Amino acid sequence: MTSSFRVTEGGLLTTIQDLGRPQAVSAGVTPGGAMDRFAHIAANLLVGNDRSAATLECTLTGPRLVAERACLISIAGGDLDPRINGEALPMWTGVDVRAGDEISFARRRGGARAYLAVAGGMIGDRWLGSMSTDLLAARGGMHGRPLAAGDVVSAALQEFPDIAGRSLAAERRPDYGQRVLHAVLGPHASRLTPRSRDALFGSRFTLSHDSNRMGYRLEGGALEAPGEELLSFAMIPGAVQLPAGGRPILLMADHQTAGGYPVVAVVVSASMPVAGQLAPGDETRFEEIAIERALALRAAQRAALESLTS
Amino acid sequence: MPPQRSADRIRVQPLGDTALIAQLGARLDTALNTRAIALAAALKRRRDVRQAVAAHGTVTVQFDPDQITHDALGLAIHRLARKRPPVDEPGRLHRIPVVYDGPDLDTVAAALGLTKDRVIELHGRPIYRVFLVGFVPGWAYLGPLPDELVLPRRAVPRTLVPAGSVAIAGQETGIYPLSSPGGWHLIGRSAVKLFLPDSDPPSLFRVGDRVKFFAASP
Repeated sequence: MTSSFRVTEGGLLTTIQDLGRPQAVSAGVTPGGAMDRFAHIAANLLVGNDRSAATLECTLTGPRLVAERACLISIAGGDLDPRINGEALPMWTGVDVRAGDEISFARRRGGARAYLAVAGGMIGDRWLGSMSTDLLAARGGMHGRPLAAGDVVSAALQEFPDIAGRSLAAERRPDYGQRVLHAVLGPHASRLTPRSRDALFGSRFTLSHDSNRMGYRLEGGALEAPGEELLSFAMIPGAVQLPAGGRPILLMADHQTAGGYPVVAVVVSASMPVAGQLAPGDETRFEEIAIERALALRAAQRAALESLTS
Repeated sequence: MPPQRSADRIRVQPLGDTALIAQLGARLDTALNTRAIALAAALKRRRDVRQAVAAHGTVTVQFDPDQITHDALGLAIHRLARKRPPVDEPGRLHRIPVVYDGPDLDTVAAALGLTKDRVIELHGRPIYRVFLVGFVPGWAYLGPLPDELVLPRRAVPRTLVPAGSVAIAGQETGIYPLSSPGGWHLIGRSAVKLFLPDSDPPSLFRVGDRVKFFAASP
């Protein structure tokens, strides 16, 4: 038995996502998964799910959904002004929904991606160990594609816990508005000319219009990192690649699994949720930090998530 | 010349706060690739390692920094890499028909100072090794190319390379499994299906497999 949501508007890009399929990388398949893992995990914990349950990743213009049964939901991440029957729906909070209730998103107020979790977890096609939607391979989630009007998204029915109203304290939520990405030097940072190194950490970049779940092309001053061509190596999300043209590319969840461009910096794990909330046209900048500081930021995020299960 | 102690040449560098990259060497070399694959396999068995992916001569390792530090894992990698490299078992042999009519065949021949027929003959001569599967699903980096065919990548990548295009660049060759952007030189095409989404692993070619091309008529 399942409960479900009827989709009346798909939104710009609404996909079923979980924590991805990292073990498939050695077969050339992108790891995928939620762009903002912090929000995805928080949304799940707020409704009593395991952190790896599937959620809906709603991008910029969210979908319009009608609940077919009573359920417990939560919405976390970017503020797309979520509504229930037209009224404001509190974010980062477990909310009881009745059959017939309509969930919608009015407009982008902050961030770029909101995560909608339901007690029991969304159900999508499982491919190579994950329900995440792989748009390139056209597999996983809703048959490998974004949600569209007329779809029905099932959710595993469970005795949902009586935890409506559970909420993540405001001071524990990421500061998406700051748009500063903390990064450590990459393995090929020594190739950067002194001027380019200053520009990488001292100037602002704008996400180009072909930025997407694979990666963000960053427009700003061109950077130079001359050197011999490299043999391709396995990439990770957060790597900042520098192709010959000098425009850096920040690799995101659906990145190409291997590449041969120099990696001049790597965005630290605690900043990837902030990165996941950027959209084409947004400005961002990199701030160099030491690994010790990166680990401290990471521990603070973990403590924030643990506050939801204690 | 006595064999060099391989472990001494390994470089381990951080890749952010939860990953690192171990470089065993920078050459396109079967023995090096075999050692990288063995190192990745050994690392995957560790509880503090989440993922280890071998490439030509590197291993990209994602780990849990709550369980181990970069430095401690770096030391463990040096220790693991000191072990005797495994014997490379020959992989499956794939014979792939190619129609050599790619849009870059003329320019490639001219740039190399060869006839088109000579380019085709040289490309079909070796048995290539699959060094790495990745980039896009189903893509395999095959090499090494005969020295006479080595060319840098195109200065300006194409925004769309048709699926099935057979291409060369540097010391390597490959077949585009899906239509995608690409900077390699297109010398032919093949109808072989490389990305097999309903198989596990979803790729026709696996690391260590061998590939031989032969000319086919259109």
